[in-house]
Amino acid sequence: MTASTDSPRTLFQKIWDNHIVHSEEGRQSILYVDLQLVHEVTSAQAFEGLRLAGRRVRRAERTIATADHNVPTSDRSLPILDQISKQQIDTLRDNCKEFGIKHYDLNDPNQGIVHVIGPELGYTQPGMTIVCGDSHTSTHGAFGSLAFGIGTSEVEHVLATQTLLQFKPKTLELRVDGELRPHVTAKDMILYLIGQITTDGGTGYCVEYTGEVVRGLSMENRMTVCNMSIEAGARAGMIAPDETTYEYLRGRQFVPQDFDAAVKRWKQLPSDAGATYDKSLTFAAADIAPQVTWGTNPGLVVSVDGKVPTPGDFEDATEQKTAAGALDYMGLQGGEPITDLKLDRVFIGSCTNGRIEDLREAAAVAKGHKVSDRVSAMVVPGSGQVKQQAEAEGLDSIFKEAGFDWREAGCSMCLAMNPDKLEPGERCASTSNRNFEGRQGKGGRTHLVSPAMAAAAAGAGHFVDIRDWK
Amino acid sequence: MKAFTTHTGLVVAMDRANVDTDQIIPKQFLKRIERTGFGEFLFWDWAKLDDGSPNPDFELNKPEATGASVLLARRNFGCGSSREHAPWALEDFGFRVILAPSFADIFYNNCFKNGMLPIQLSEEQIDELFHRAAQHAGYELTADLEACTLSDTHGFSTELEVQPFRRHCLLNGLDDIGLTFEHEDKISAYEAAHA
Ligand code: SF4
Repeated sequence: MTASTDSPRTLFQKIWDNHIVHSEEGRQSILYVDLQLVHEVTSAQAFEGLRLAGRRVRRAERTIATADHNVPTSDRSLPILDQISKQQIDTLRDNCKEFGIKHYDLNDPNQGIVHVIGPELGYTQPGMTIVCGDSHTSTHGAFGSLAFGIGTSEVEHVLATQTLLQFKPKTLELRVDGELRPHVTAKDMILYLIGQITTDGGTGYCVEYTGEVVRGLSMENRMTVCNMSIEAGARAGMIAPDETTYEYLRGRQFVPQDFDAAVKRWKQLPSDAGATYDKSLTFAAADIAPQVTWGTNPGLVVSVDGKVPTPGDFEDATEQKTAAGALDYMGLQGGEPITDLKLDRVFIGSCTNGRIEDLREAAAVAKGHKVSDRVSAMVVPGSGQVKQQAEAEGLDSIFKEAGFDWREAGCSMCLAMNPDKLEPGERCASTSNRNFEGRQGKGGRTHLVSPAMAAAAAGAGHFVDIRDWK
Repeated sequence: MKAFTTHTGLVVAMDRANVDTDQIIPKQFLKRIERTGFGEFLFWDWAKLDDGSPNPDFELNKPEATGASVLLARRNFGCGSSREHAPWALEDFGFRVILAPSFADIFYNNCFKNGMLPIQLSEEQIDELFHRAAQHAGYELTADLEACTLSDTHGFSTELEVQPFRRHCLLNGLDDIGLTFEHEDKISAYEAAHA
């Protein structure tokens, strides 16, 4: 039986149905793409493919571009020293010009991490299908859109056809009931969820986050949550739009002109009562403490008041081997209290936690403290707008007085494709989303935490339980 | 796109779970603007010692792995970033088939766009293959996409489950964009209806 549009549907199902251009049994459906975001690392070969095939961009106005991964976060008036980075950034500029795509270049006040500027400029809207050659595209699902990362061949496909071939994913509801305890943030919640369902628990699913906690989160916090869906294997994570969403969007540059009419449409999107998911899991907010990852994937995480586990704490042989490898790489024995781990670096930024609320949260903790002598700490705003806003609020002075390095917008040390990176063996508290081996620099050791926990760790020189921070 | 019909090749066993795309192709090599030439950087951080010389302990550097074209790994292979540079690097290095109990979605999808066959088997079957690869020197597997089978010459044989349309495209090396353009009228109609 095929579901009629009268039967209760989930948010995902509604967006999916609204975007089907063509579907045939046993084939990928052709899904219309409302918005494509492009950055310098995963696009050059797509544009080259178009050129080689003599194809044009079908709907140039539905794609926007920015350079973020490679860009230096130091003084922008200086030339880019890394010639290959420069070439990639230049290539993006040339491609956008050739194909007529709106490009937020390095000196544009709106430049920033692609997943920060999309929402900030009002491009990201409820009910849309949004793609980008970047796995953290899931961030945009916070607005009640279907947003996911794609490969470069697919970027080319979208440029040429404004559609994508997709098999329909299954749906997974992650429900968090109750209220988060004091000092426990959205970042802690998503790290906790990934720890619970593991790094492939979401594979094959589109996640919808529901429950009281989620309804109470700000848009920026919702983005933090949806951003990390991919770290649980789910390509997309979404949250139904509500007043919080509409208020965030109202007045932004690229929202629909008749905003109230748009809100009226968007109000049809949330999952209907009685709609079912392929799988639903429920968690209690009260169980969540501030989180710190100890290993080399985001699912290897414990509460800050816990200890680093040992391989013997795991059941199956593959997990034991993974844990042993992770401990070895991280320079840990297992059994250390988390708050004993001493840090060399602190990184506050990225598309997970580089927005204004994140910086406010970190600044509130850093205020009146000094960065420990053993730590070098940096704050990298997620976009030019975030930077400007933070400076208008005086957050930059708080950070600078405390001894943090205050930088220009970009991905920075989230992935170290630019000059910001860890040295081998350095231990870092980072607000980003991946702690894979070498992610922040070869041999670097990354612990993922919330902005408040990162700021406190910078002050103390080791992890501290933010609930005890004075 | 390159077609894939049948392939017989030397197996290299990589007894690791959650092999992420940052390991498959570290970011310092993502700056190229071509699709080719990524093979020499495959698994760079694992394959090289600090002084840049080959790490003799790394699976792919062992003499018996020379010429391997079938990669056997543990669950959640290819997790992490969407970078298509990961399948480009594996393909450029010489891999045509990857076997694991599970794959990350984007990586799995990207393989098909590059003429490589990712094969998902049960944990037990993968265990069995690890066992066989350790037992038989020069262990080879044949993936036959036409017959939908995977087999060795020592009595192992199993059916492959590949989504029929993906199989059809891979067998014929079909270009997705070309296929989609067969429905251009529908795209135009959609655009007209949603203008
Ligand atoms: S901040 Fe990090 S995760 Fe986000 S887009 Fe940049 S590199 Fe990717």
